[in-house]
Amino acid sequence: MATPPITKPIESPATVITDATCTFCGCVCDDIDITVKDNHITDAKRACVLGKSWFYGHAADDRPDCLIEGQPASVAEGVERAARILTEARYPIVYGLSDTTSEAQRVAVAIGDAIAGTVDTTTSVCHGPSGMAFQGVGEVTCTLGEVANRGDLIIFWGGNPAESHPRHFSKYSLMPKGMFVPNGRKDRTAVGVDVRKTKTAKAMDLFFQIKPRSDFEALWTLRALAKSVEVDPEQVKRDTGIELSRWQDLMDRMKAAKFGVILFGMGLTMTRGKHLNSEALLSLARDMNAFTRFVVKPMRGHGNVTGADNVVTWQTGYPFGVNMSRGYPRFNPGEYTTSDTLARGEADAALLVACDPMANFSQPARERLQSIPYIALDPKETPTTRSAAVAFTTATYGINTPGTVYRMDDVPIYLRPALSSTHPTDLEVLSAIHRRVTELKK
Amino acid sequence: MSSGYFKIAGGTVYDPIHGVDGEVRDIWIRDGQIVEKPSDSNIRPDKTLDASGLVVMPGGVDMHCHIAGPKVNAARKMRPEQKRKAEKVVRTSNTRSGTMGSVPSTFATGYKYAGLGYTTAFDAAIPPLAARHVHEEFEDTPCLDKGFFVLMGNNHFVMESIHRKEPEKLRSFIAWLLGAAKGFTPKVVNPGGVEIWKQLPSGNVHGLDENVAHFDVTPRQIIEQIARAVDALKLPHSVHLHANNLGMPGNWITTLETMKTFGDSRGHLAHIQFHSYGGGEGDENTFNSKVVELVEYVNAHHNLTVDVGQVLFGETTTMTADGPLGYYLSNAFKSKWFSSDTEMESGCGIAPIEYRNTSLVHSLQWAIGLEWYLLAKDPWRVVMSTDHPNGGSFLAYPQIIQLLMDRTYRQDMLKQVHPAVLERSTLADLTREYSLYEICIITRSGPAKILGLTRKGHLGPGADADITIYTPNDDKTKMFELPRAVIKSGVVIVEHGEVREPLTGKLLYVAPEYDTSIESDIAEWFEKYYSIRFRNYPVPLDYLHDREEVACARL
Repeated sequence: MATPPITKPIESPATVITDATCTFCGCVCDDIDITVKDNHITDAKRACVLGKSWFYGHAADDRPDCLIEGQPASVAEGVERAARILTEARYPIVYGLSDTTSEAQRVAVAIGDAIAGTVDTTTSVCHGPSGMAFQGVGEVTCTLGEVANRGDLIIFWGGNPAESHPRHFSKYSLMPKGMFVPNGRKDRTAVGVDVRKTKTAKAMDLFFQIKPRSDFEALWTLRALAKSVEVDPEQVKRDTGIELSRWQDLMDRMKAAKFGVILFGMGLTMTRGKHLNSEALLSLARDMNAFTRFVVKPMRGHGNVTGADNVVTWQTGYPFGVNMSRGYPRFNPGEYTTSDTLARGEADAALLVACDPMANFSQPARERLQSIPYIALDPKETPTTRSAAVAFTTATYGINTPGTVYRMDDVPIYLRPALSSTHPTDLEVLSAIHRRVTELKK
Repeated sequence: MSSGYFKIAGGTVYDPIHGVDGEVRDIWIRDGQIVEKPSDSNIRPDKTLDASGLVVMPGGVDMHCHIAGPKVNAARKMRPEQKRKAEKVVRTSNTRSGTMGSVPSTFATGYKYAGLGYTTAFDAAIPPLAARHVHEEFEDTPCLDKGFFVLMGNNHFVMESIHRKEPEKLRSFIAWLLGAAKGFTPKVVNPGGVEIWKQLPSGNVHGLDENVAHFDVTPRQIIEQIARAVDALKLPHSVHLHANNLGMPGNWITTLETMKTFGDSRGHLAHIQFHSYGGGEGDENTFNSKVVELVEYVNAHHNLTVDVGQVLFGETTTMTADGPLGYYLSNAFKSKWFSSDTEMESGCGIAPIEYRNTSLVHSLQWAIGLEWYLLAKDPWRVVMSTDHPNGGSFLAYPQIIQLLMDRTYRQDMLKQVHPAVLERSTLADLTREYSLYEICIITRSGPAKILGLTRKGHLGPGADADITIYTPNDDKTKMFELPRAVIKSGVVIVEHGEVREPLTGKLLYVAPEYDTSIESDIAEWFEKYYSIRFRNYPVPLDYLHDREEVACARL
């Protein structure tokens, strides 16, 4: 394991850090020019509205580096307590990981292995179903630069990138003038499919407002039309809320496209059908390659959730929901995924890295978490850090700390931190916990 | 007092680079390297490993495998069904847990390679954009020194430079890209074909002189020009080529033409087995071996080297940067399919498959691989590989050794495959048996030499102390699947199949010199077409774990 990088203060008034990376969403834009004055970010050129609020809102927090049961403590004391909690537990879990560097993720998985624990990431509550669909049928995909250079029919399904990934259109999917689409937006047809007319719908050439919970039926209609299988127009209209003729028109355009791209969000993966929806979409993209080139890509939310998938996979062989209690990795979503291990009252200790389950998990899961000792690492105070046995205030990745993040298309990008932080990094805290856990386990 | 020496005493040593063929010798190690025996006879080693009666060879070198990066990791994600049935890799006090199947997790990969006596491995196909990913995975792949080849055969800047007849620019670009990625040599995969795959439904190129649309170059020009540039840069290894038309009946004509295309340049043809097929297009019934015709050319042309890409029967996962090939295989096997088209242009295809000995095609593939080993005159230019995991897992290497060393075993196995193999290949007539000396060449000394690694593949002073010690056994599978001890950088990392000290291993990379004035051109191109910033692309040295630059000065 590499020596943990030390955060070096970057001082002197009005420094500009060019080509800095924004880790707020899965777009991971690496072209931001950050202006720093008096250890504050005063400008984030080219950042979107979300990116600006990310950069402006992350002045170093003056909370203590570590709190044990809410009382200030040294990092060393926190590490000792954390290691004791994790090694004394019978069913410890490691969760979160999507908003930290892959260097830190690697150590977190190592801790999970050392304590015979369960490792899971926020993937299990966002694109987990897409991961399962991937296991079932594979995925025909590409990097975002290929979308920019070749994509001439872009379908957004069950997502609202105009608000969740504001620069996706301009940087990757709609506006760029690419090698094979030299006129940019004019060379592209944009299609939206969603249950409601979001801001994204306004940017589309065609919009399909399907009936809620009918994604699977809509996708199978398209799969049938792709293969010229006869379908009942009445049933299609009844099931999807859209006339068959409109689906046929879409299919004609899909077949006429040279390089079709489907980008999908949690509107597909977290609605009725879940992984079957994702599987239907991945299969549709695959089917289309009998006629033209077509690719598909999940729109990932967190800045390094894709890194978490990659790291957990290369170390254990599975992408999320991995249990190592028998000494080797086993995968079973629903059994080893965190919302389930908590809600069923199985987990008896937790290491939570860069996540806030106390704010967004189900009532039974939150109740269980409240009742067990857990460790939380977060740059900010959150409902999760407030109830933690040990809470570490860590430096913010990308703003204070260097490291690697993986964009939604698996492209690794290095971070250029703009600000110093007095807080330790996730990597430093996790490395210390890992060392201590290893000693205690001997 | 500590002398710092470690002695391997009295082993039967095989060191073909120095012409040592099974002689009883001592080997002295200090500071991770093999050294001369100390002239002062009072000096005693700190530690002695008694190797009397045992076989001592340099550590194995796998010059063509797929063990890291986005393609391998996607394949890991895609095959949970294999892992559940596979051997468990259980955590110990000094090793990490992991999963097996045809695409093992990183730690498991390192332990298992070391368990077979391999201490160096090169990943054969890395998309330039994924360089950092590979460095991260390599750091989590213990017990091995590692390097990787950088995909360039469908790169737009490369094709533009060739089209504009700017060989100097091409050379500088290759040097820049290898240096930026911290890679080892250019890999060319289905030159031109992967670009056409992105442009057209089921697109591909089918011959060396087909035009690559939009770029107006041919596969032949791409191979020829990159090979020349690599030689001009004096890279330690040649260009590493996955030729056009892989797996297609009748592809031997393309392969022979490809060999001729190299002219006087050095060239390595990867997994040559998959490129040695006769027969008519798409007609299984005419499928046959053309090894005799191809091996004759390789025997006579010393600028060419090959690794075999041996097929073994059983389930595996094919993975390739050859996008259209992945599509072809997934359709042929009706399997799940992963494909990824990548900027800084490369492709990727993954499909699970099963090689069956009842299948004519698979049986012939198996036989064709063996024909390559047995018909090649010069073992220094034919390297053992399964193109892991494409032809089978690297875990099959001991079985391949037995097939080569034990004619009876080979003929027994030949009886179990599709009977038409007897007529469509020469395998049944081949009586050659490899010696231990020759096995040592095709599994370590040869690949080390071909890669230009002067400190690998031999046991002379100055070599890295990567050494494998085997217990002799007439059953060569048994002998090679469980070494008595494996030493890496002078440290015993495996004993009796158990991992003792899983060193991380180092990265082997090149840093060729080039005219840096080209960087502004590359930057302009990069910012125009790619989705990350030029400045954020290159991998700096401090990003790497332990590392060693391999010098460019061999020619």
